[in-house]
Amino acid sequence: MSPRKIGEVILEVNNISLAFGGVKALTDISFDVREHEIRAIIGPNGAGKSSMLNCINGVYQPQVGSISLRGQVFKHMNSRDVALMGVARTFQNLALFKGMSVLDNIMAGRNLKMRANIFQQALRLGAAQREEAEQRLFVERIVDFLEIQPYRKTAVGKMPYGLQKRVDLGRALAMEPQVLLLDEPMAGMNVEEKQDMSRFILDVNDEFGTTIVLIEHDMGVVMDISDRVVVLDYGKKIGDGTPIEVRSNPDVISAYLGTSH
Amino acid sequence: MTTTFPRLMLDHAGKRPGAAALREKEFGIWQTLTWAALAALVRDMAGGLAQAGLQRGQHLVVICENRPRLYAAMLAAQSLGAVPVPLYQDAAATEFVFPITNAEVAFAIVEDQEQVDKLLEVRGTCAGLAHIWFDDPRGLRHYAEPGLAPLDTLLEAARAFNAQHPAFFDAEVAKTTADDVAAMFFTSGTTGNPKGVVHTHASLIDRAQAGAAFDKLTSAEEVLAYMPPAWIGQNIFSYAQWLVCGYVVNCPESPSTVAIDLNEIGPTYYFAPPRVFEGLLTTVMIRMEDAGAIKRGMFHHFMALARRVGPKLMDGKPVSVIDKLHYALGQLCVYGPLRNTLGFSRVRVAYTAGEAIGPDLFTFYRSIGINLKQLYGSTETAVFVCLQPDHEAHADTVGVPIAGVQIKVIDSGEIMVKSPGLLREYYKNPAATAEVLTPEGWYHTGDAGFIDAGGHLKIIDRAKDVGRMMGGAFDGAMFAPKYVENKLKFFPFIKEAVAFGDKREKVCAFINIDIEAVGNWAERRNLPYAGYTDLAQKPEVYELIRECVEKVNADLATDAMLAGSQVSRFLVLHKELDADDGELTRTRKVRRGFIADRYQVLLGALYGGKASQYIETAVKFEDGRTGMVAADLKIFDAKVFPAVKAAA
Repeated sequence: MSPRKIGEVILEVNNISLAFGGVKALTDISFDVREHEIRAIIGPNGAGKSSMLNCINGVYQPQVGSISLRGQVFKHMNSRDVALMGVARTFQNLALFKGMSVLDNIMAGRNLKMRANIFQQALRLGAAQREEAEQRLFVERIVDFLEIQPYRKTAVGKMPYGLQKRVDLGRALAMEPQVLLLDEPMAGMNVEEKQDMSRFILDVNDEFGTTIVLIEHDMGVVMDISDRVVVLDYGKKIGDGTPIEVRSNPDVISAYLGTSH
Repeated sequence: MTTTFPRLMLDHAGKRPGAAALREKEFGIWQTLTWAALAALVRDMAGGLAQAGLQRGQHLVVICENRPRLYAAMLAAQSLGAVPVPLYQDAAATEFVFPITNAEVAFAIVEDQEQVDKLLEVRGTCAGLAHIWFDDPRGLRHYAEPGLAPLDTLLEAARAFNAQHPAFFDAEVAKTTADDVAAMFFTSGTTGNPKGVVHTHASLIDRAQAGAAFDKLTSAEEVLAYMPPAWIGQNIFSYAQWLVCGYVVNCPESPSTVAIDLNEIGPTYYFAPPRVFEGLLTTVMIRMEDAGAIKRGMFHHFMALARRVGPKLMDGKPVSVIDKLHYALGQLCVYGPLRNTLGFSRVRVAYTAGEAIGPDLFTFYRSIGINLKQLYGSTETAVFVCLQPDHEAHADTVGVPIAGVQIKVIDSGEIMVKSPGLLREYYKNPAATAEVLTPEGWYHTGDAGFIDAGGHLKIIDRAKDVGRMMGGAFDGAMFAPKYVENKLKFFPFIKEAVAFGDKREKVCAFINIDIEAVGNWAERRNLPYAGYTDLAQKPEVYELIRECVEKVNADLATDAMLAGSQVSRFLVLHKELDADDGELTRTRKVRRGFIADRYQVLLGALYGGKASQYIETAVKFEDGRTGMVAADLKIFDAKVFPAVKAAA
C-alpha cells in the first residue's frame, strides 16, 4: 500500500523468560521490531502479551534474557531510562488522571521535555511561562491530530471510553516517542471506535514514522493494520511473520480456535 | 452597480490593510488574517490557478468547510473571471457527478482526504476533472493520482508566476465587470437533477447591500460561519455581505466545536436555519431539567415572565413598571447568563430562514432579549426578498419586501417576485429558466401565500403541494401538507412529519420522533428502549405523539381555510428519514413523492383502516454500506375537531 520505508532492527528481545514464583509468564521469547513498522503481539487471554510489554517497558524485570534498544543491550529495563530513550506506552485499563482536563493529561506527557524547575514554575517566571506556551503548542498539535478539540477542557473521567483511549494515546504521543507500545488500544470499543482508532494508529505511523508495537485481542484489526505479527500462547512464542503467514499457521489456528482431538 | 467581489476586497485591503478580515481557530488560538494578507493570498492563488489553465468563464469547484483559504479560492477564481461552484461537503460522491459534468469542471479545490477520496471515486465518470488541490495534506502523502496536489504547491508555483507577471492580477480584476457571472449554486431540488443557479456580481452585491442597509450593518460586525458554504444563505452572510460591509468572518475550529466557538466569538450578526435554534433550545431544556431545584425553579419563574413581557419589550410596546423591574431582575439572574451560555450576548441582529419556525421557539429567543427575526428568500433570489423590521417580528409571517423588491400574488395563489437579485438563469437549462422567469422579469417563487393587513408576507406552502380534499367531511377544502407538517414539527418530540391528503377524504401522516427529546422523556419515565426503532413503537410514545397531533388538529380547526387539513390517522416510522436514503434533500426538506412511493404499503394501511402494518426497509449507512430495518408499525387514530367558525 504505502511506500513507507521499514528500516533496521530498532528493538530486539532475546530469549526472555519471566516467572512469578512458580508461574511461568514468559518462556524463552525472542523477536525483533524494525524501525517504522507496526508490529503486533497477539494471543489468547493469559498468553503473556501484557507481561511482554511490561518487560520492554521496564515495569517487570525478566529473570533470563536481554533486550536491546538501538544497539544498547540491557539485562532489564528501567522505566525512566526507557522513556528517555524514546519509548512511550498506553495502558489496557487506562491510567489517566480522571479529574484533570484533556489538556492537562496530555501536558503530563510532556513532563520529560520541561526544563524549568519547580520554583520557576510555581512563581510563573518568564522562562517557565515561555516553556509552557511552547509545550502547549505541541499539545495542541496532538489535540488537532486526534480530533479531540471539543474536549480540551473536559475532565477525562466524564468522557466516553473510546475518547479516553484517544487521550491516553495523546499523552503517549506527547513524549514524541520513536517507539510506541500500545496495550490493547481497541479493547472494549464498538466497531466504529475501532475503525477510528485503527486510522489514528496508521496515521501516527505514517505521519511521524513512529515504530509501533501493539498488543491486540481482536484478530481482524491486527491483521488489517500490522506489518508483522508475533503470536504468544501460554507464555511461548508459537508464530511470527506477516499476517498472511500467521493466519495460515496451524499452531495459531489451534490456539485461537482449538483443535479437534 | 459597477463593483465586483475582488474589487470590494481590494478596496478593504487598500483602506484598512491591518484590519481583520477572517479569523480561524487553529491549535486552540484564533488566528487572524488581515485584509492585506488576504489580498496577497488571493493574488497568489489567482496566479496559480491561471498558470494551471483556469480560463475566464470556466468553473472551479470548491468542497470545503468554512476555511479562510476556501474564501480566498472563491475570490481568486472571481478575480480571473472564472466561476466558483461550492458543493456540499457532506454529499455522497455520486452527488458530485452531475454538477461536475454539467458545468464541465476541470478544476477543484477541496478540504481534505475525505473529499479527495470522493472526487477520485467519481473521476472515471467526470473525465474533464484534471486538477484537484487539497488544503489539508493529512493522509494524502502517498496519493500519486495525476493532477492531485496540495494547495501549498499551487501557491508556491504561483509566487514565481506572479513575480514574472506582476501586472497580471490587477489586469484580470479590471477585466471583470459587475454583469459577469460571480458564482453558481446547485439547488438540491425535491425532484429531478439539481439545477445550477447562476448569479452575477451585480445580483449578489445588490441584495447584500440592501440587506446590510436594512439592518444598518457595519464593518464592526462579527459573524461565525459554520453552515455549508454551498448553501446560499451561508454564502450571502459570510461572503457577499462580508465583502460588502468589510466585517470579520470567524471560521470554527471544526464542526464539533461550533458551540464553544460561538461562545468565544460572541457574534453580533447571526444567521441559522430553525433547526439550529431548535437544537440549542433542546440542549438548554435538557440541561435545565438536570439542574438543581432552586436553579430550575428560578429558570421556570423567569421564563414564564419572559414569555409574557419579553416580546412586548422587543416590539417596543408599553409594559408596566413592575413588570419592567421584574424583567430587569430576570435579566440579571437568568436571561443574561443564558444568552452568554448560548454565545448570543452580543447579537444585535439574528435571522432564521429556510424553513418555518415554530412560534414557541421564535418567542423563546425573542423573550430573552435576542433580536431574532425571519426573512424570506431563496437561492434564486439571492436570499433577501422580505425581512422583518426590528419591532415587527411575528412567528407566522416573514416580513416586508425590502428595497428594490416588488411582490405580487397571482390568481393561483403563487407569490411572484421582481428584484435586482434574481438569478440570471439555470445553467444550460433554458426550459427550467423559462418556467420560473417571465419575459417581464417576474420570478415564480413556487410558494403559496398572501400579504397580510400589516403588509407582511405570509407563506402557506409550496404552491404545487397545495391540494384539495376529495370526499369525506371536508370535501373540497384546501390541503396544505407543509403547513400541517410544520405545525407538527414545532413540537420538540417530532423531528419530521410527512402529511398526505390531496385528492383523498382525510389527512394521514408519517411521523419521525426526535430521538434526543423523546429519549430523554422516556428516561425520565424509566421506560427502557434499545434504539430508535424500538422507542418509536412504544405505546407510551404513540400516546405522546397522539397528544401532539390532537393539539395540532384543535389549532387547525380554528383556521377557516385549513380546518380540513386535520390529521385523522398517523403512524410513527421505524427509521429516521435520511438524505442518504433519498428521503430528504441535503437541506433536510421532505421529498414527499419519493416517500409516498417508497412506503406505499404504509400509506395503503393508513387509508385502508388497518391497525398495524409490517414493513422492511433498506437503509444506507454513511460509509456506503447497506442494511435492513424491519418493524411491525402500529397505526393510531387521532381526534378530529369540527371547524370552528371564527368569532367576529
